[in-house]
Amino acid sequence: MAVVFKKTEGLTDKQFHYCPGCTHGIIHRLVGEVLEELEVVGKAIGVAPVGCSVLAYDYFNCDMHEAAHGRAPAVATGIKRILPDNVVFTYQGDGDLASIGTAEIIHAAHRAEKFTTIFVNNAIYGMTGGQMAPTTLIGQKSTTSQAGRDAATTGMPLRMSEMFATIDGAVFVERVSVHDVAHIRKAKKAIKKAFEVQLEGKGFGIVEVLSTCPTNWGIAPVESLTWLKENMIPYYPLGNFRTPEEGK
Amino acid sequence: MAKVLMKGNEAIGAAGIKAGCKYFFGYPITPQNELPEFMSKELPKVDGVFVQAESEVAAINMIYGGAGTGERVMTSSSSPGIALKQEGISYIAGAELPCVIVNISRGGPGLGGIQPSQADYFQSTRGGGNGDYRLPVYAPASIQEAVDLVIEAFDVADYYRNPVMVIGDGMIGQMMEPVEFNEPEKKRELPVKDWATTGTEGKRKPNIINSLALDPAELEKHNIKLQAKYDEMEEKEVRYEAYKLEEAEVVLVAYGMTSRIVKNAMDILEKEGIKTGLIRPITLWPFPNKAFNEIPDTAKALLSVEMSMGQMIDDVKIANNGKLPVEFYGRAGGMIPTPEEIVNKVKEILGGGK
Repeated sequence: MAVVFKKTEGLTDKQFHYCPGCTHGIIHRLVGEVLEELEVVGKAIGVAPVGCSVLAYDYFNCDMHEAAHGRAPAVATGIKRILPDNVVFTYQGDGDLASIGTAEIIHAAHRAEKFTTIFVNNAIYGMTGGQMAPTTLIGQKSTTSQAGRDAATTGMPLRMSEMFATIDGAVFVERVSVHDVAHIRKAKKAIKKAFEVQLEGKGFGIVEVLSTCPTNWGIAPVESLTWLKENMIPYYPLGNFRTPEEGK
Repeated sequence: MAKVLMKGNEAIGAAGIKAGCKYFFGYPITPQNELPEFMSKELPKVDGVFVQAESEVAAINMIYGGAGTGERVMTSSSSPGIALKQEGISYIAGAELPCVIVNISRGGPGLGGIQPSQADYFQSTRGGGNGDYRLPVYAPASIQEAVDLVIEAFDVADYYRNPVMVIGDGMIGQMMEPVEFNEPEKKRELPVKDWATTGTEGKRKPNIINSLALDPAELEKHNIKLQAKYDEMEEKEVRYEAYKLEEAEVVLVAYGMTSRIVKNAMDILEKEGIKTGLIRPITLWPFPNKAFNEIPDTAKALLSVEMSMGQMIDDVKIANNGKLPVEFYGRAGGMIPTPEEIVNKVKEILGGGK
């Protein structure tokens, strides 16, 4: 009988620790599949963040380096500058990338570092128990914005992809979502493109993936997918912000 | 090789390259700027890479990533910048990676000043980073010694899989002295870096560089393993100079440039018939406790001389173990003690001069 579906070689056999309904698992799988399809699992070096995906080093089936909170882009810079022929990626959440690590990610993009970043935005701090993130939506309840995020005292949610779109070194910038199958397929295409841009040595590539956090949102898994679609996408519009012109 | 006249910061950079370091990640801060400047010019010539990071925090994390590849990597900074690097140093120690960190130190606290100081003794020997970790800290007293110690520091880092610090006060960075770059003496058999993240190439299981251990039993095991390594360093890596200890009435303790000023003071005292000796720690950690066993019975007191308000004196007291009175003389903020000030202090200790 022909095998029509199997685990990707880009992931290990280790069982994910993620909560039911969390979309980290899907995003991990997409990255693993892309590494496999591009035949770079053996060349890949991943940098794991601090946050829910802190244990990502156990899941990706390639060499991994666990960074300090927010510092993954600096760690990846050190690796890629020394090993330019390897494929280097960071996998970071929104607390990691959009809060404590903004300097590191912005300047990695600014230097046009030739690695790929998978930025998982679930609009909340997951691992530490549901605190407000820079990406938390206005009115969204968190353990540090219990009456709902208030723009007057905490500002407006930070749109990172739009910011990357202003940086010349960030040659591929796309925001995707994984709330349904069609969007999951689009997300995979973007992730693949971001890795291809790295393989072509064109510059820094980042894919922002809108993701769910049923546990800390306090919303059931299926309803979380709807909540993402109805609340996150209007504020964080999907689409490509930057892509290298063909032949350049 | 013939001697060349070089500025300390540049000589330290050249020593790194001589040791096979091709990768430098740094950030500008006075008084160490000539070091990254030198590396930015010289590393491309040896197919190396210089990156000016966006901050000291980023630079040390580039070092963390770079060290993970198994290549020799180096960074430098000065006091407030080293403060920012402490997070990364703790991770590098926890993940057991080799690297060399240079601190050309200046006065503090806070932004402090840009003149030479030794007020980073606590910072370098106690660590501002979190957790149970140690790093060997070398304190050269001349540009030649800085060169020799930087070259050796890379071997020590590789041997123990541990960050190593070389600390020089601003004078070491800024002054010029003749130096030669000798072939380093091979003292240690260096282990193969089979832990490095270079890509599995489908030939081995993934390597993981990590300092996280959520299971307390596992973390304690890691702490015990690290401690065994630190114990080995304390046993094997202590370096010091014991100078004119015979018949000394007062034994001075000083490191780095201060030790040279102390030697001038000792010459003056000797002419006046006052015998003094010097213990010069070359490793600030591990501290040369055993040097204090060499102190003769003639000694009436110890005198710690520092360009700080008194930091190494804590280690002097531990090493002395209550045997002799421990006195202190220091200048701070970038002020440099004169030989005469030290002479006066020794005379004061001995009862207002002889």
